[in-house]
Amino acid sequence: MDILTLFVVVPVITVIALMFAKGKKQYRVVAMIGFIIQALMSFNLIYQYLQERASGNHHIMVFTKDVVWFAPLNIHYAIGVDGISILMILLTSIILLTGIFISWEVDDLPKEFFISLIVLSTGVFGFFISVDLFTMFVFYEIAVIPMYLLIGIWGTGPREYAAMKLTLMLMGASAVLLIGILGLYFHSAPNGGPYTFNIFEIAKLNLPIGVQRLFFPFVFVGFGVISALFPFHTWSPDGHASAPTAVSMLHAGVLMKLGGYGIFRIAMYLMPEGTHYWDNFFLVLAIIGVVYGALAAIKQTDLKYINAYSSVSHLGLVLVGLLMINQIAWKGAIIQSLSHGFITAMFFALIGIIYGRTHTRLISKMSGLLVFIPVIGILYVLAGLANLGLPGFSGFVAEMNIFVGAFQHTDTFHRVITILAASSIVITAVYILRVVGKILMGPPMAEYADLPGITWYEKTATFILLAFVVLIGTLPFWFGDILTNSIRPFIERL
Amino acid sequence: MNWNQILLMRDEISLTIIILVILVSDLIVKDDRKKIISNIAIGLFAIHTLAGFIPMPEGTLFGGMFKTDPLIFGFKNILNIGVFLILLQATSWLNDKMLGMAKIAEFYIVLFSSVLGIYFMVSAGHFLILYLGLELSILPVSALAAYEIYNRKSSEAAIKLILSAAISSGIFLFGISILYAIGGSLYFNDLIGKIHPSYLSVMGLVFVFSGLAFKISLVPFHLWTADVYEGAPTPVSNYLSVISKAGAVFILMVLLFITLETMHDIWIYLVYGIAVLTMFVGNFFALRQHNLKRFLAFSSVAQAGFILMGMTAANQLGITSIVYFMAIYIFSNIGAFGVVEAIALKTGKENIDDYSGLYRTNPLLSLVLMLSLFSLAGIPPIAGFFGKFFLYMAAASQGYYVLVFIAVVNVTISLYYYLIVIRAAFLRKSETPIAYFKSDNYMRVSLLLVTIALLVIGLYSPFYDYIYSISNIIKF
Repeated sequence: MDILTLFVVVPVITVIALMFAKGKKQYRVVAMIGFIIQALMSFNLIYQYLQERASGNHHIMVFTKDVVWFAPLNIHYAIGVDGISILMILLTSIILLTGIFISWEVDDLPKEFFISLIVLSTGVFGFFISVDLFTMFVFYEIAVIPMYLLIGIWGTGPREYAAMKLTLMLMGASAVLLIGILGLYFHSAPNGGPYTFNIFEIAKLNLPIGVQRLFFPFVFVGFGVISALFPFHTWSPDGHASAPTAVSMLHAGVLMKLGGYGIFRIAMYLMPEGTHYWDNFFLVLAIIGVVYGALAAIKQTDLKYINAYSSVSHLGLVLVGLLMINQIAWKGAIIQSLSHGFITAMFFALIGIIYGRTHTRLISKMSGLLVFIPVIGILYVLAGLANLGLPGFSGFVAEMNIFVGAFQHTDTFHRVITILAASSIVITAVYILRVVGKILMGPPMAEYADLPGITWYEKTATFILLAFVVLIGTLPFWFGDILTNSIRPFIERL
Repeated sequence: MNWNQILLMRDEISLTIIILVILVSDLIVKDDRKKIISNIAIGLFAIHTLAGFIPMPEGTLFGGMFKTDPLIFGFKNILNIGVFLILLQATSWLNDKMLGMAKIAEFYIVLFSSVLGIYFMVSAGHFLILYLGLELSILPVSALAAYEIYNRKSSEAAIKLILSAAISSGIFLFGISILYAIGGSLYFNDLIGKIHPSYLSVMGLVFVFSGLAFKISLVPFHLWTADVYEGAPTPVSNYLSVISKAGAVFILMVLLFITLETMHDIWIYLVYGIAVLTMFVGNFFALRQHNLKRFLAFSSVAQAGFILMGMTAANQLGITSIVYFMAIYIFSNIGAFGVVEAIALKTGKENIDDYSGLYRTNPLLSLVLMLSLFSLAGIPPIAGFFGKFFLYMAAASQGYYVLVFIAVVNVTISLYYYLIVIRAAFLRKSETPIAYFKSDNYMRVSLLLVTIALLVIGLYSPFYDYIYSISNIIKF
């Protein structure tokens, strides 16, 4: 068993172990062990990756493996990782682990909850290790469907509506994506011979310009929907608001990153001509998402909706960074993916923790919580500061890189986009500080006088996330080094 | 005719023997011990199914009227497995409801006759054999549809089925006679290359196509489907939706791809248009259903549209995709119908709303239902995804990206109504849920086999490779 396939196998083993477990305590311990193993595996993966690179392996992908799956169609189970994927795998495994701690007290069907979560994680891990479009597509869909059950069964509020909307929009998006993938496949053998789904085989030949221009928007929109590309973002606020805490964390933190990753790896890498043809169009959509998401967040009254719209805004920044097509902006976009993953997961975790105590998420119903639950309050302030891009936290590094990269374009169009993107920082500050001021600072409310303090498992989850936010914020060059190597092939192509 | 040639009809002969054995045993067994006939029938059919896997030579009989090749051989095996699963699911219905009327042996005799008809259809090399097979396959099913004589809906279903079957046969025959007028022969092989586009041949094509379209329940020939599926006993609906449909799909494919290959430029429009129409109509009507059997009827109409999409690729890839999809579709639909049947038998409930909170009382049954519906919708890693994906590939390989796009839009629509059922079973809670019950062992074995098949077939690629290797029937 190779080091990458284990990421798909360990979850399956965990599911089987869960089936034999009895009682809530056993379920969560089994699930926790599974996720701890995955987290250790992802650390080990980074270590091995650095070793491999240090020993002079300069292939685009390392730890590659290729097994023929459906021979007549030349479909392979092909895997491999580069610097971008290993960081995404790290993000996934950390958020899963903290998600377990946050859902420590799931009472309704705990076994099914953990199994759905693990199935979802299988899809996400599989997606990040695939270098074959078919394998990637399979894992992508595996990651989407458990979401329906997770939101529908364990969610709050209009959960059935939100779950259905989310599932249908994401599956509809995967339908669009499928057209793009089939288009790439059936143009992958211009000189006869078998077609291929392998990303790097397709990258070797230069697809005709017409094909690239035709299929680029399919792939881009297909992946764009899951990373909340305007105007296809509408599933995201409802979905996030209705989902249980761990699922919101996972969804905003990891699942939405599938979109940016797919756009970068498939749409842009395989279709450079298509990218140059369409980039301004999608840049406009992305920047609308950035500003619109931030403005919408100001108007919200529910904590989760604020964070959901904030995610729309921040993932818009990822797309802006990707579409700026230069090394610094790309680095910024990828770090923004990571950073937003950790920050938003921490935010959703804290909202879940607060909601578990106050039983409301409405800003108007809460005030002066800092007096009664100081630790949670301070963590919330820290998450907020990280979110609005305070230096020392990860958000600053990411956004700084994106803006610097964007500013390298000297034409008016890109300048306007950059200025608009930068203005979102100010709007972010408005909605973050407003919430902090209202619910944490204001006059203390008597009904919240004896809220219980933070428990050990909540503490574990939030501190792990905070550690990573600070780590990226203070040691950005370390992440940058891992990425520099992996971004080079993209620069050569675009 | 020597022994080796007789062996080419192995499946037909052994099934005939089984029918005779059941007929005789019905005479011997006393009325109060009729249950044993179910065991005999299932046991014999199991042996028949297993024996079907013994390889056999390729060849033709009766001067080419009857033929067998690896694809036909493989397809019959797939059908056998499907029929076997349906038999298992029918047992408790027969034993519980039909025992009092001493109508057990007839069920097997009539059902096996219909299967025999489908064998002849699949093996046909001549329009007469095809026509005989078609009639033999559908007329007994009409009798089966009326099996619950105390149920008025059952009789209604039978009348609707037999009327539409009679009309479609007439249309089909008319089409055959036109083709005969053009080509001067009824042998499939003789007609190859003789039928060229003309007003007459287009008429022949349309009539033959329409006759088979009734059996596959393609739009606009689907109107009987929902009423018949709802009224007929569930095992019979199940049989109609998978086995009978599969036979017609297979022969339609052979006719279009080989005999009418010269008409490709004409029938491609027919296939394209009807596929789009069938997917949309099937899906939009399924959205509005509350009764699960009607729901599955419209879902199976929509699935037929997907199958037709695969027919746009008249090559090895197309044939593989269709046969592979049919195999998976058989398992998925039998799984869904099986759960509906198990619940209807114990509680008499068939509406989607009745399923609220099913997971909390009957978790295993709900899981099988979810797997089957996800397979029908095409969600990985369940087999249905792979079936659908390869159909898309078949259509895309011919450049029909618009058709594929319409199909994937339809998958999203269909996902909505499949999720409605799953929503009832998993998300909702009910004051009066269906109480926990245990199905009989036959049903459980059947659902277990379906579950294993759905989980394994897609991921286990040698099955696809096998179908690909036998699908090279287009020789020129």
